[in-house]
Amino acid sequence: MGKTTTTKDAQALFQSLRSAYVATPTNLKIIDVYIIFAAVTAVIQVVYMTIVGSFPFNSFLSGVLSCVGTAVLAVCLRIQVNKDNKEFKDLPPERAFADFVLCNLVLHLVIMNFLG
Amino acid sequence: MEEAVKASTVRNAFGNVLSIFILLLIGLLAFSIRLFSVIKYESVIHEFDPYFNYRVTQFLTKNGIYDFWNFFDDRTWYPLGRVVGGTLYPGLTLTAGTMWWVLNSLNIPLSVETVCVFTAPVFSAFASWATYLLTKEVKGIGAGLTAAALLSMVPSYISRSVAGSYDNEAVAIFALIITFYLYIKTLNTGSLFYATLNSIAYFYMVCSWGGYTFIINLIPMHVMLCIVTGRYSSRLYIAYAPLVVLGTLLAALVPVVGFNAVLTSEHFASFLVFIIIHVVALVYYIKGVLSPKMFKVAVTLVVTVGLVICCAVVAVLVALVASSPTKGWSGRSLSLLDPTYASKYIPIIASVSEHQPPTWPSYFMDINVLAFLVPAGIVACFLPLSDASSFVILYIVTSVYFSGVMVRLMLVFAPAACILSGIALSGAFGVFTQSIKYNLFGTELNPQINTGDSDAASVAAQSEEIKTEKKEESLKERPSRKIKKKEKESVEKSEKKVDKASKKSLHEKRFLALPLEASVLAIFLLVMLIAFYVVHCVWAAAEAYSAPSIVLTSRTNDGLHVFDDFREAYAWLSHNTEVDDKVASWWDYGYQTTAMANRTVLVDNNTWNNTHIATVGTAMSSPEKAAWEIFHSLDVKYVLVVFGGLVGYPSDDINKFLWMVRIGGGVFPHIKEADYLRDGQYRIDNQATPTMLNSLMYKLSYYRFVDSDGRGYDKVRRTEIGKKHFKLNFFEEVFTTHHWMVRIYKLNPPRNRIRVKTKKAKTKSSTTSSRSTLTKKKNPWH
Repeated sequence: MGKTTTTKDAQALFQSLRSAYVATPTNLKIIDVYIIFAAVTAVIQVVYMTIVGSFPFNSFLSGVLSCVGTAVLAVCLRIQVNKDNKEFKDLPPERAFADFVLCNLVLHLVIMNFLG
Repeated sequence: MEEAVKASTVRNAFGNVLSIFILLLIGLLAFSIRLFSVIKYESVIHEFDPYFNYRVTQFLTKNGIYDFWNFFDDRTWYPLGRVVGGTLYPGLTLTAGTMWWVLNSLNIPLSVETVCVFTAPVFSAFASWATYLLTKEVKGIGAGLTAAALLSMVPSYISRSVAGSYDNEAVAIFALIITFYLYIKTLNTGSLFYATLNSIAYFYMVCSWGGYTFIINLIPMHVMLCIVTGRYSSRLYIAYAPLVVLGTLLAALVPVVGFNAVLTSEHFASFLVFIIIHVVALVYYIKGVLSPKMFKVAVTLVVTVGLVICCAVVAVLVALVASSPTKGWSGRSLSLLDPTYASKYIPIIASVSEHQPPTWPSYFMDINVLAFLVPAGIVACFLPLSDASSFVILYIVTSVYFSGVMVRLMLVFAPAACILSGIALSGAFGVFTQSIKYNLFGTELNPQINTGDSDAASVAAQSEEIKTEKKEESLKERPSRKIKKKEKESVEKSEKKVDKASKKSLHEKRFLALPLEASVLAIFLLVMLIAFYVVHCVWAAAEAYSAPSIVLTSRTNDGLHVFDDFREAYAWLSHNTEVDDKVASWWDYGYQTTAMANRTVLVDNNTWNNTHIATVGTAMSSPEKAAWEIFHSLDVKYVLVVFGGLVGYPSDDINKFLWMVRIGGGVFPHIKEADYLRDGQYRIDNQATPTMLNSLMYKLSYYRFVDSDGRGYDKVRRTEIGKKHFKLNFFEEVFTTHHWMVRIYKLNPPRNRIRVKTKKAKTKSSTTSSRSTLTKKKNPWH
């Protein structure tokens, strides 16, 4: 009895989540796809490390942290570009994207130095 | 209306110019108050650690940066050597090297020593400006200027950044404050640009000082505090998440830190809070997207599933951490968390005088008046409580705790004290000056001082600036009353225009004014308080913290005596010994010996190898023959001891001797501390134990001491020595400085033949001795 209500609740939850997500604008969905891509790449690298071993450790660290880093920066971009977000309503999206590019440049410069 | 706007822009412009001028004066003050040691002594590098940094900077300027990264030092820790590139925090040396290179390429030929000596005062001026920026983000321009003025003079910071104190803290405090400023700026604006700058400033901090772990634990603590008190916002995420990723990468780039950035417990807090903030961000996102009923369903589902996963992950983590004996923390961090740890397990860390807990008077000596103003500042931070002010409160609470554990960390406490005192002082001045204006001119004023865009705020800021400028000028002894009177008149005129504008806003608080006499008296008393602070700071800088400790002075009836014995001894060593000769001494003098005398040493101030130091300590505590054996096995040629008994210099090796015994005894169990104490007391007179009287340190310190005054009276220990007439069989005195402060001995070469005491062998030995005298080989040691 309790099980069916929980499953029904879960289904209703997923339905409402999906309907809410469909309503988000396209540019935000593109950023979300990029975030998921970066996260999946990081997971693949971790799985590879557990199979093959962690030497050289700096390469592993820079690879994983570059994926995590771009995911985090993309989340920040998404926060700043989102029109529903009242704190950033007077920040032009071009400025947000320029900051995103700058931060990525610094991140990848460090990554390339650390990659060995 | 246009007139009012024009007047306010003129006022704002005037205020900006005035504040820039004040900041310049503050920078100049910070620089010049640290120059007392250069004036009283000379432009020389102080203490012990700065000599090593100076030597490394010399190497950097001579050989370039690639050789610097690969620098392997074979003139120290003989025979082990030291990988300098991998064990040095490069920030300070790279900064000084860059400044030297820039100046020389502009054809300003400053020597490396001059650049090194003056690095600290220059960076303290930068640190004051950084404090202004940080406090401006928290409370406003007036508080910023006051805090900057307080930091430029605070004795605790002066003690580690005088001209000549070329140590990590000189640039690290600047890096600390600017990192905090950029973090608060990102938190206030939510701009990713400042987040990038924050990570770069954090990288500079990691390069400069081991105290960067304070930042990487304080910022996650603050993020947790914000989340727990319900102040989560997307700006918090932008301020924190990129810092963790970029910061960890940048920290791993520095060779000294390397993989410790992800493997040690000092960084775990940042990763934990990284995960937590992602969970919280997701929760807020879903909450915004779903309806409340659905959100409740989501919460129940997630909590049941998530709790199971969480427990599994936490169990794995705990097992990993518990498997290491120190739970992943380094020795120094553990001694900070548990103050009794070092004295139980690592006597070297416990023996450093900077690592002892401070006494109550040292708080008053080091931050003086700020000790009363800090609680007022904490209260002022709560009205109103913002993200920035909660950060400052957390900073001061943690830094007060750590400063109570270790005297050296009073330095981290000083900027927090200055920020909070600046907030308190400027708030108090604001209230009193507003009361005076209200009482004199009887008009309704805008009571909210902290909002940056109201006209009354700029007027209030101007009045603060006038007050701070008054402080600066009273220090410089140029009170120009004409200028101040003119400013006051312009302030009055603009007052009336502001009042008409502010009367329109009805929703502001009723302003409660204090009586005129009370306000005037209060302002007078506050100014007196700051005057006492200034006097104390200048006194502390001139008398207490400007001693270079390599040159000592004393005033007697005959005038000023200068004790330059250390440099005399190092110069003797560099002129009268071979380049490859090894010198043994206690680790305090290692850096100075390698830098000034240019000889190889056994142990130095880096203290990375406890066993090697224990070997030297055992040698100093053993009788002559055993000590000779130990030193001979390490290829030592000369032994250096510091002796203060003739002149009364209290920091000599006999006073440090018990630490040598303890450290040696920690590794070699045949050295027992109790053997050197008579009834638990440390004595060197005729009641001393025979082990003490036979130890190498006693013999080397007091050899021929009785010849100096006939009685052998030790001025530091205030007694006559126990064993007065003795000979050295295995060492030979080669140099004693003018005031007997440094004594250098040479190891006797090993004997050619060994006497065997039996009857038969006696006759044999007489024949062999006669034969050996005929065919004596040339002794390579002579």
